[in-house]
Amino acid sequence: MPAALTIAGKDLRQRLRDRSAIMLAIVVPLVLAAIFSMLFGPSATPREFRYAIVDGDRSEISQGFAADVLGGLEEADVASVVPRENEATARRQVRDGDLDAAFLVPPGFAAGVQGEQPVDITIVGSPDSVTATSVARSVARSYAEGLNAVRVAVAALGAEGVRLAPADIEQVAEQTVHGAAPLTLTDVSADARVLDAKTYFAAGMAVFFLLFTVQFGVSSLVDERAEGTLSRLLAAPVRRRSILVGKLLTSVVLGVVSLTVLVVATSLLLGARWGNPVAVAALVLCGVLAATGITAVVASAAKTAEQAGSWQAVVAVSLGLLGGAFFPIQQSGSLMATLSLVTPHAWFMQGLADTSGGGGLAQVLPACVALLAMAAATGAVALSRIDKVLAP
Amino acid sequence: MSLVQTTGAEHETGRRDAPLLRCANLEKSFSSLKAVDDVSFTIGAGETYGLLGPNGAGKTTLISIVAGVLESDAGAVTIDREPMSPGSLSVKARIGYVPQDIALYPDLTARENLAFFASLYHLRRREARVRVAEVLEVIGLADRAGDKVQTYSGGMKRRLNIGVGLIHRPRLLILDEPTVGVDPQSRNAILSSIEQLSAGGMAVLYTTHYMEEAERLCDRVGIVDLGHLIAEGTPRELTARLGEAQHIELTVERDPELVADALRGLPIASQVSAPGNGMVDVLVRDAGAALPAVLAGAATTGAPIRSVTVREPDLEAVFLHLTGKRLRD
Repeated sequence: MPAALTIAGKDLRQRLRDRSAIMLAIVVPLVLAAIFSMLFGPSATPREFRYAIVDGDRSEISQGFAADVLGGLEEADVASVVPRENEATARRQVRDGDLDAAFLVPPGFAAGVQGEQPVDITIVGSPDSVTATSVARSVARSYAEGLNAVRVAVAALGAEGVRLAPADIEQVAEQTVHGAAPLTLTDVSADARVLDAKTYFAAGMAVFFLLFTVQFGVSSLVDERAEGTLSRLLAAPVRRRSILVGKLLTSVVLGVVSLTVLVVATSLLLGARWGNPVAVAALVLCGVLAATGITAVVASAAKTAEQAGSWQAVVAVSLGLLGGAFFPIQQSGSLMATLSLVTPHAWFMQGLADTSGGGGLAQVLPACVALLAMAAATGAVALSRIDKVLAP
Repeated sequence: MSLVQTTGAEHETGRRDAPLLRCANLEKSFSSLKAVDDVSFTIGAGETYGLLGPNGAGKTTLISIVAGVLESDAGAVTIDREPMSPGSLSVKARIGYVPQDIALYPDLTARENLAFFASLYHLRRREARVRVAEVLEVIGLADRAGDKVQTYSGGMKRRLNIGVGLIHRPRLLILDEPTVGVDPQSRNAILSSIEQLSAGGMAVLYTTHYMEEAERLCDRVGIVDLGHLIAEGTPRELTARLGEAQHIELTVERDPELVADALRGLPIASQVSAPGNGMVDVLVRDAGAALPAVLAGAATTGAPIRSVTVREPDLEAVFLHLTGKRLRD
């Protein structure tokens, strides 16, 4: 068996017996992803709003509101809308929390379009569902403003001396209403490449702890030097490069295994949607290589195991924060978003967003190339310092 | 059970043939410190060669160069006439290296430690399994082979540390102070094992600052101080350098340098030194005849004498004679 594989096999056996390594690689990121998803998930991905409509007018216009406007919300999975017979029932269900808000269309609503009084739709909202009530209010206001525009149009025609029959007025109203859509909905899930909260926190924690996981391989060189076993390895008929490759291999295997376990576990336990398996596998491998390179550079600069551990923690936390492992860094402005691209975290998350929206291997290619470039650059630095790294 | 495959006949032949190990004019510096300075020596097959010197003399640096762990700044090491360097893998395969520190993986078992190094030394799986069992038997750890090393006593770890160096049946075994920090019982067991290995034909390079170990184990001894090999020979040859001299060791309560100065004026004292810890060492031809004069001379300084010891010449005395220092300073 090649020496590098022998060394990697020995290291992996040691890591398997180290409970702290398993905790840090799998248990802690999984638990934190679950906690963050529970804490921030609901606000990050709003659930479907529950609305009711009480149609007191039963005109074509009011029915059009229910079918076209509120029906549009349903089609876009923004809200579910149920009809209620009377206002009292709707108010009670809103109060009891069974509904987020109710639209009350008053009797004479269609007639109001022809009259001089502005038409109005009343919103009954739950104080516990501020967002849902606010959305309902906006929808109703927008629609009412559209109808008022109709009323003004009909009045204008009257002022011109045009005599309109009731059927004509209704036709004008319908044309005006349908011509001015009160609400425009756009499906943002695929095109805007935004991860849902569960996937976001699962991926963020996975890539954040990846830098801690892979250090168990490369940094063990520093431990071997402290323990005296490095001089024994150097005295064995083994090329120095094989020792380093063995350690890097240990890091890569640890990283790939831990990320794979986290992908599967967060999918099954938290409902994270990672996207195309092939694309995710490519991202995982490239992300692990980049993280391994970074920790190899840090380990090559450290003289003691304690120093290596401290420096790697600082680097891992700094890159994690800058790379958006804890919160979407794009929210901090374009400068921070640009700066984040120096981290493997940002590219990993970006690649995941690309594939979670339905993209395949081709969509994650830019992220993979960036991660491989980081791995190559940092790996070259680590290899250039091989004499220092492997000094007995 | 023998840990090596060479025979006694080969052993005898090896001593007459070209040296197994040849070190020529080795030099090694760390920044401004010259740790090894123009050191040359040879070891024949089946010979046990001791490097004797105090801590910091350069012994570990020297054997790190021989083992291919460090590269020398100048000079050459050859094993079986093949040059040794950190990249000489086939040459390294003939050497068993036992570092001074316990160089083991504490979270692996003794069997796993041995199997790992057996694999690095290219033993095939089946051969390694047999060899691991043999070594475990010889170092007396067969019944604890499945336990993690971190549960072992210091002596058990030391034995396993040596066992790892033997796993591939090396032609040359390098041991760097293998008995440091070991209890007397384990120490004796380790020394007996090395005697057996040597008797089996293995060449041994042994560093120590314990004079008794060098005298017991070594066919030849090289005395090292401040990076220099200052003397070399069999223990008998080295002690013979002192002639028929004997040592009178005085321990005084204060002013040992003052006492030494006073005794240097005595015509019967061929050498006087104050190596520390209140000791004054006086080299004389006949201790019985010289003792009254030595005591009288010391008394003139007014320094109270706490003890007087008369010693026959040994390697400690040789080192003291050559360097003016004690081995364990």
